[in-house]
Amino acid sequence: MDYFIQQLINGITLGGLYALIALGYTMVYGVIQLINFAHGELFAAGGYVGVILLSYFAGLGYMETYPILCLAAAFALTMGYCAFLAMAVEKVAYKPLRRQSRLAALLSALGVSIFLSNGLMLTQGVYDKAYPSELFQGGIDIGMITIGYLQMMIVGMTIFLLVGLNILVFKTKIGMAMRATAQDKIMSSLVSISSNRIISLTFAIGAGLAAAAGIMVGLYYGSVRYDMGFLPGIKAFAAAVLGGIGNITGAMLGGLIIGMVEIFGAGYISGQYKDVFAFIILISVLYFKPTGIMGENIDDTRV
Amino acid sequence: MIHEFKKVWKPYTIGLVWLLGLLWPLLGIHPDGTLSFGKTFTVWFYIAVSASFCLLLYVMNKSGRLDVVSRPFTGFREAIKQASGKLPVWIWILILLLFALCYPQFTNRYAQDVATNVLIYICLGLGLNVVVGLAGMLDLGYIAFYGVGAYTYALMNLHFGMSFWVCLPIAALLAMTAGCIIGYPTLRMRGDYLAIVTLGFGEIVRILLNNWMALTNGPNGLLGIKAPSLLIPVFDGGFSFEVFYLKKLQYLYYVALALALITVIAVRNLNFSRIGRAWEAIREDETAAELMGVNTFLLKLLAYAMGAIFAGLAGAFFAARMRFVSPESFTFLESAMVLSMVVLGGMGSIPGIILGAAALIVLPEVFREFESYRMLAFGMAMVVMMLFRPEGLIPAKRVGGRSEEKGG
Repeated sequence: MDYFIQQLINGITLGGLYALIALGYTMVYGVIQLINFAHGELFAAGGYVGVILLSYFAGLGYMETYPILCLAAAFALTMGYCAFLAMAVEKVAYKPLRRQSRLAALLSALGVSIFLSNGLMLTQGVYDKAYPSELFQGGIDIGMITIGYLQMMIVGMTIFLLVGLNILVFKTKIGMAMRATAQDKIMSSLVSISSNRIISLTFAIGAGLAAAAGIMVGLYYGSVRYDMGFLPGIKAFAAAVLGGIGNITGAMLGGLIIGMVEIFGAGYISGQYKDVFAFIILISVLYFKPTGIMGENIDDTRV
Repeated sequence: MIHEFKKVWKPYTIGLVWLLGLLWPLLGIHPDGTLSFGKTFTVWFYIAVSASFCLLLYVMNKSGRLDVVSRPFTGFREAIKQASGKLPVWIWILILLLFALCYPQFTNRYAQDVATNVLIYICLGLGLNVVVGLAGMLDLGYIAFYGVGAYTYALMNLHFGMSFWVCLPIAALLAMTAGCIIGYPTLRMRGDYLAIVTLGFGEIVRILLNNWMALTNGPNGLLGIKAPSLLIPVFDGGFSFEVFYLKKLQYLYYVALALALITVIAVRNLNFSRIGRAWEAIREDETAAELMGVNTFLLKLLAYAMGAIFAGLAGAFFAARMRFVSPESFTFLESAMVLSMVVLGGMGSIPGIILGAAALIVLPEVFREFESYRMLAFGMAMVVMMLFRPEGLIPAKRVGGRSEEKGG
């Protein structure tokens, strides 16, 4: 039982991280129907900028005196950086292709993904980059269960971001404009919503969430690598599809499910095949409900 | 020219400033708590200079200043086009074939190696073309079938000592079975759901190959696979057969050429048959195709199976050529590579895909000196290609635009 609860806690932590990445996929897909293959690389870039900033603060010696402030600054700056990166990517590689076939945009996204991961490799080196590890050591022991402070921080931050996003999308004017653009670009531009600006904003928000996930993954596993974006990227995409792509609540749920399945599969069945379980769940859910758990019926004409 | 320049200078300047902002945190912030600007500016300066050069060319081209240079080129191209139109197509094919046959006679090992690679990827690209280009189903896990083919031959050869020619159909058959297994549950899905499920299957196959130590020897791979062999009759002192292994690169090149030719002919015949037309109908509008009496379920499954067969053949040959297989060769990047060949060359167009495969294999080899920048340039080239010529190098003639895409 203790083992089960321990795994549950780990699963929630990982699932929250997947949910954060999956949101970027699902929001972009909702607005321009593009699988943004470069999203995983934005997540990796977040991890890298996070480690650069945190080591810089550590080098200045602020880490010992104001750890929380440093972390908050790192989060804010990294999310901003990735938001700007994503907006640049959108303007250069996706915007001119909006009228072309969807496969062209998809290939362009693949190209951006390869470009970004190699750019990270060239500027940061091929080896793992270690996070400053003195943050959030230790944890609370309840019987046999350990909840690390780091895990608590990650779950807290994830909940904070998810709630913030929900408020932004469902309660504010900007969110309303985003939803309107996702539903009908022509109609929303007729009521003077600038669809270009909304699309940029969507990319920026998605990338910001992914960047936060990148820092937290870096803190959780202790290091980052230039190709770390790939597997979490496709698993998060799987999570987005599982929840019904284009659906924000679905992406959160899908991320949680994928994270849980991975942790429980690794804990109870086999650690080697942990990456397989996520896909098996995805395929079996899609077999019985081809539009995902919370998805609506997709348009027949989409390729 | 000034007028043209006025239109573009603003986004261009913003882009360069933006780039500087994105570059600096990666290069200029150091873990020892110092900041530096020198390196960032040098890198940025190089990029800015080359980008300005491209911009200048672009603006000159737009305003017609380059006509002095480009007009003779256009005239030359037109002349070639006219000359080539005079000869029937089959003569060109014959010339190409002759060139391909003579190729190993006047090239070195390295060039033959690259050419063999190109031929393998032509098989793969044409196979994927059946699925993506003809039937319109986006498959991101195509390389899994290639892996199935390669491991089939590797295991059959290592455990049972079976020869390449016997294993070739078996590999194709197993790959086809895998294609049907993957195809069957995915046929109900459309569009991007299909993409992620095929991607998932591809990853599952790779992870299985990586972890099933007893069968595949895991990440270490399988060593000691035999090259394809021929039985040569020997007449000294009676009549017997001698096993002759085609180890030399030159022979392997011919085997690959034969495989590629078979694939080209098969895909061409499929394309212009009843089945090919049915696939194209499914691609254009599945509901309408079904209404017209096309058995969409069976034909989509067939598309998967056919695509998988070609990948299986190519995979078996790959194992025989390298005499070593490991899961490293069957990653998602390879799937992406094959897909980009299909799309860069022009979906549904056989000469286009051949050209795409050749370009994507040969160009990185040419720029081998810039080893570490190779993939960076590859990614950038893909984006640029999509921006300026999204329909591919040689677009297929029969592809009609979808109403949805025209409307935007």
